[in-house]
Amino acid sequence: MTPAVNIEGVWKYYGDFPALRNINLKAAPGDCIALLGRNGAGKTTLLRIAAGLSRPARGTVAINGGIGWLGHGIGVYEELSAYENLVVFGQLHGVADPKKTAHAWLERTSLDRVADALVREFSRGMRQRLAVARAFLHSPQVVLFDEPFTSLDDRAIALLQSLFGEAIAQGRTVIMSTHQLREAMELATHVALIQRGAMVHFGPRTSEMLADPGYLYRTFGEA
Amino acid sequence: MRQKIIIALLALSSILLVRNLYVMFLQLSDELNQGAIWRIFYFHLPSAMTSFIGFYIGAGLSVMYLWKKDLKYDALAAVINEVSLVFALITLITGMIWARIAWGIWWAVGDHRLTSYLVCILLYAGYLMLRRSVQDPAQRASLSAVIAIFASLDIMIVWKSIEWWRGNHPGPVLSIRDGGGMAPGWEGLAYWNVLAIVLLAIPMVLIRHKQEQMQGEIDSVRRFAHEH
Amino acid sequence: MKTLRQALVITRKDLRAELRTKETLNAAVSFSISVLLLFSFALDPTPDQTMEIGGGVLWMIFLFAGTLVFNRSFARELPNDCLDALIASPASSAAIFLGKCFAGFSMMLIVEVLSLPVFGLFFGGRIMDHPFHLIITLLLSTWSVTIMGTTFSALTVNLRLRELMLPVLVYPMLLPAMLAAFKLLTTLVGGQPIGDEDMQWLRVLFGFNLIFTSLALALADSILVN
Repeated sequence: MTPAVNIEGVWKYYGDFPALRNINLKAAPGDCIALLGRNGAGKTTLLRIAAGLSRPARGTVAINGGIGWLGHGIGVYEELSAYENLVVFGQLHGVADPKKTAHAWLERTSLDRVADALVREFSRGMRQRLAVARAFLHSPQVVLFDEPFTSLDDRAIALLQSLFGEAIAQGRTVIMSTHQLREAMELATHVALIQRGAMVHFGPRTSEMLADPGYLYRTFGEA
Repeated sequence: MRQKIIIALLALSSILLVRNLYVMFLQLSDELNQGAIWRIFYFHLPSAMTSFIGFYIGAGLSVMYLWKKDLKYDALAAVINEVSLVFALITLITGMIWARIAWGIWWAVGDHRLTSYLVCILLYAGYLMLRRSVQDPAQRASLSAVIAIFASLDIMIVWKSIEWWRGNHPGPVLSIRDGGGMAPGWEGLAYWNVLAIVLLAIPMVLIRHKQEQMQGEIDSVRRFAHEH
Repeated sequence: MKTLRQALVITRKDLRAELRTKETLNAAVSFSISVLLLFSFALDPTPDQTMEIGGGVLWMIFLFAGTLVFNRSFARELPNDCLDALIASPASSAAIFLGKCFAGFSMMLIVEVLSLPVFGLFFGGRIMDHPFHLIITLLLSTWSVTIMGTTFSALTVNLRLRELMLPVLVYPMLLPAMLAAFKLLTTLVGGQPIGDEDMQWLRVLFGFNLIFTSLALALADSILVN
């Protein structure tokens, strides 16, 4: 079966500094991969390359299907309303009925009451929820999120967990980098650890990891 | 090996230059109207041709970079463009001096030659400024390549369009072909000097290239040291 | 086709955002009117002088106002990393680029349409004598500024010196198109239609636009993605 995500032999340099060294990652549909590593290890670089935002110096990336991206920035326009933002991205992603989809997602993320308010006026939590709606509204086959749980309020965390769970159950693939070990371990089917640009561990999420989320870090001397 | 090539080319170029200067000053007489300084043309034309060739090689290397994404093309393109910029400046300055001596004016609005070289200088000075302000080598290379390709295409259009513009505004033409015309036998020396200047330009490129490579190595050692 | 459709989504998005805040338009139109006013004092032209220099003055002012518009073009995608969201979408680099071009083009036209009456007020001239020729000239000349402005806006978007770099590079690049615009507008300000000798300048504009639009679209990926 074709893997949903196939990253082979990816290297990325910033000048002479190797940000990524020979990364190989295969993900099947329905996998949820938690990408761990300390700051600067290369998680963001890897996700950006997977999303097509950056070109690797060597290696290939093959994604089977559409991509849902959420990076450090929320990726929505301040001067547009929540509804307008979702319609724009729905149209860009070729969604069948962008307006209906936008309304549905606004409801799903409890933003329907502020649908016509400008993002500029939103609280942080509302922005996060809108960002999540933007990334999910076209039902992407592959979801690439960079530290999605960071500074989310509880409502947003619950929303995100249910969306991830739903995606995985529907046979779609999730790759997320995170420092929120507990939430990640609960969802993850596989775990990868990036250290100084190299993937030092990749394997299924074990019960040890679930019981003790920091297990992997300690094993590889990162704690 | 590279060191030997550089020395050989510099030597050859120096010999040619000395020989040409000898011919220039001792064998050719002063021009009737322009006096001794008209000989500056013998540096003006070669500089113009050298920089012209250089910019187009630079553009070609830029295309190669965008195709192959190998930073070596970018490094070479950058130094060739830099050296060409120097020769473009020499072209402009010698051109202006020659214009002043020969026709009494420093500049003629609508002279397509000098104006095109000025536009060239502005564009490639901008190119170098831009390179200096970008840290990431891959981004810097992409940016530079696009600008070099745009600039090289633009210069041709600038040249032609000013020529047409001048058609409506006849003015002094700072050129030997349209203006005076050179006595036969004197043109040969111009091409000898083209050879001399091109032979001078090549070691300049090689030396600059070596400098850039060393700087790159120093930067990466520095980065390595910071990391550990 | 798809690229065009995606481009228009981005154009509509840009225009909607801009019309809501009107930041760029206000700045560009105010600039244009102020400078027209200043020039009318600085030059204090007689009607004959207006015929000679008016076209040049007008287009120079539009060029400078254009810098204000195009400096913002890709910069407006930086907050919240929206540019990343666009690139990660199925929209191709060419579609994103084209969408930005159309948006900037529209904004420039708005500035021009609002400035022309002011020009007429301060300088006189008979620019409205041949409206069809005026429209063609403005459309072609504005597209030249658009294609260069958008290209260099995209190239310099991440740079610290963005606002300086744009004029430094764009103005020399635009020289051929500007020569054409100056000639054509001077003719039109004089109340003359575009005759045979001026046709070559329309051809220059057309050729310039064709060459650089094709080049920009062909290189769009290299311009937007690192």
